[in-house]
Amino acid sequence: MNTKVKLAGVTLKNPVMTASGTFGSGAEYAEFVDLNKLGAVVTKGVANVPWEGNPTPRIAETYGGMLNAVGLQNPGIDLFVERDIPFLTKYDTKIIVNVCGRTTEDYCEVVRRLAEQPVDMLEINISCPNVEEGGIAFGQNPKSVEAITKEVKKYAKQPIIMKLSPNVTDIAEMAKAAEAGGADALSLINTITGMKIDIHRRTFALANKTGGLSGPAIHPVAVRMVYQTAQAVQIPIIGMGGISTAEDALEMILAGATAVSVGTANFHNPLVTMEIVKGIREYMEQNGVEDIGELIGGVR
Amino acid sequence: MADKFKEQAVIIRQEEISYGVYSMWLKTDQIAGKAKPGQFLSIYCREGSRLLPRPISLCEIDREDQAVRIVYRVAGKGTEELSGMRTGGSLEVVGPLGNGFPLKEKKAFLIGGGIGIPPMLQLAKELQCEKQIILGYRDSLFLQKEFKKQGKLYVATEDGSYGVEGNVLDAIRENGLDAEIIYACGPGPMLRAMKAYAKEKKIECWVSLEERMACGIGACLGCVCKSREKDSHTNVNNKRICKEGPVFRAEEVEF
Repeated sequence: MNTKVKLAGVTLKNPVMTASGTFGSGAEYAEFVDLNKLGAVVTKGVANVPWEGNPTPRIAETYGGMLNAVGLQNPGIDLFVERDIPFLTKYDTKIIVNVCGRTTEDYCEVVRRLAEQPVDMLEINISCPNVEEGGIAFGQNPKSVEAITKEVKKYAKQPIIMKLSPNVTDIAEMAKAAEAGGADALSLINTITGMKIDIHRRTFALANKTGGLSGPAIHPVAVRMVYQTAQAVQIPIIGMGGISTAEDALEMILAGATAVSVGTANFHNPLVTMEIVKGIREYMEQNGVEDIGELIGGVR
Repeated sequence: MADKFKEQAVIIRQEEISYGVYSMWLKTDQIAGKAKPGQFLSIYCREGSRLLPRPISLCEIDREDQAVRIVYRVAGKGTEELSGMRTGGSLEVVGPLGNGFPLKEKKAFLIGGGIGIPPMLQLAKELQCEKQIILGYRDSLFLQKEFKKQGKLYVATEDGSYGVEGNVLDAIRENGLDAEIIYACGPGPMLRAMKAYAKEKKIECWVSLEERMACGIGACLGCVCKSREKDSHTNVNNKRICKEGPVFRAEEVEF
């Protein structure tokens, strides 16, 4: 049985990766999970300099999901290169670094710094809803999506994955813009902007007022967007958004995703990625699927 | 697999010990053997719509019988679900988490307020020093008997129904108490008052903080607090309450 998938020339042992921001750089989860069994680890977003992130509370649980407004707290590229990359290279898994920035120059600086590093792919976060500058500001207009994709491609030595926001009118339009800009792959979806109000304290549950909704509640939205995007572009798609089980991952793959990222579900069950890897194999066995490639985009 | 474990803990017994306050003993495989006072468990709900673990501090640790006790207040749907569980049922838990209290041989105040009281019990059992335990309740009491066995006990209630009328600081002043070190867990205003008191008296003060958490293990950066020193993760001034905490030197953090 073959569970290997190929993403922009990079072969993953299986299609299961971690979603940026939910898994750190893997060190904390390595106490529970065998990182060697993952298709790839996608790191928390890293910027050119350290970011402090937003005030607390940053987290609020919602029905079947959660809101976060962490605000991309990260140690900056220097410490990341010194500490996090050497940690990840000890494992037999692919390393995908998520890159964030306030300006195009910030993104390009990080991409340039990573060019000589032993990382396999870069995921460019143009879809964080919790920061004032950068993030989603780049991801809600097709012209700026294409422009930033072109810019980072100038400096990138690794394949570039553009991570798209669901907070747009037409996801396919953004996907086509990224493809036109030279993106090698797409990640979708980032979180959906939401809000929760504490009726007892009569205030916002999050200090940032709004946050990004993730978890099983958003899964059908993500499946729909992956499907629409798969119809619109030729480049491979990494599907994410509320994947908690192998069944959810398989839905995403059938909708057109070549690989999947598991995020919020890690908080509910630190071992969930291992269970999803196993569940996909079981499904393939039970259904006589020789190669996982047979499933990608299997529904049309 | 260093020092944290994901386990199916079996409920040995559960009872309501005060209005809306529950005590639960859990049998664990390895957690109890590794746990320290001031650490906490992540408790996962069975109801799938509630995704995030509930961080609940350890009230007692029985290392010989591999059991831990949690005492919690029903504050929402997750703890309500927990309160309905019966003996013999099992719970998914991860622990022990966080750093725990340092154990120092100094004349101590152990200060607990409201649902911050439970973690002081295991701390009281392990501290080898002169212990003055000062507990603040809104109205109804819990864990009195257990604390009485561990040191000199002083109680304050907001409504004056028991002990000193007022808060823990009123109890300290009315009883003319003094100490060389403070360990405290409870609501923000109480912790801020103890921080100010410790500064005034020039004594050491350790506080246990809480914050909304998602992962509970230091990965998501949801539960940070502003710290004087740079934190080990991001190298800014954001210590993770679930990882570097929940116990901090009071002057080290903003809360």
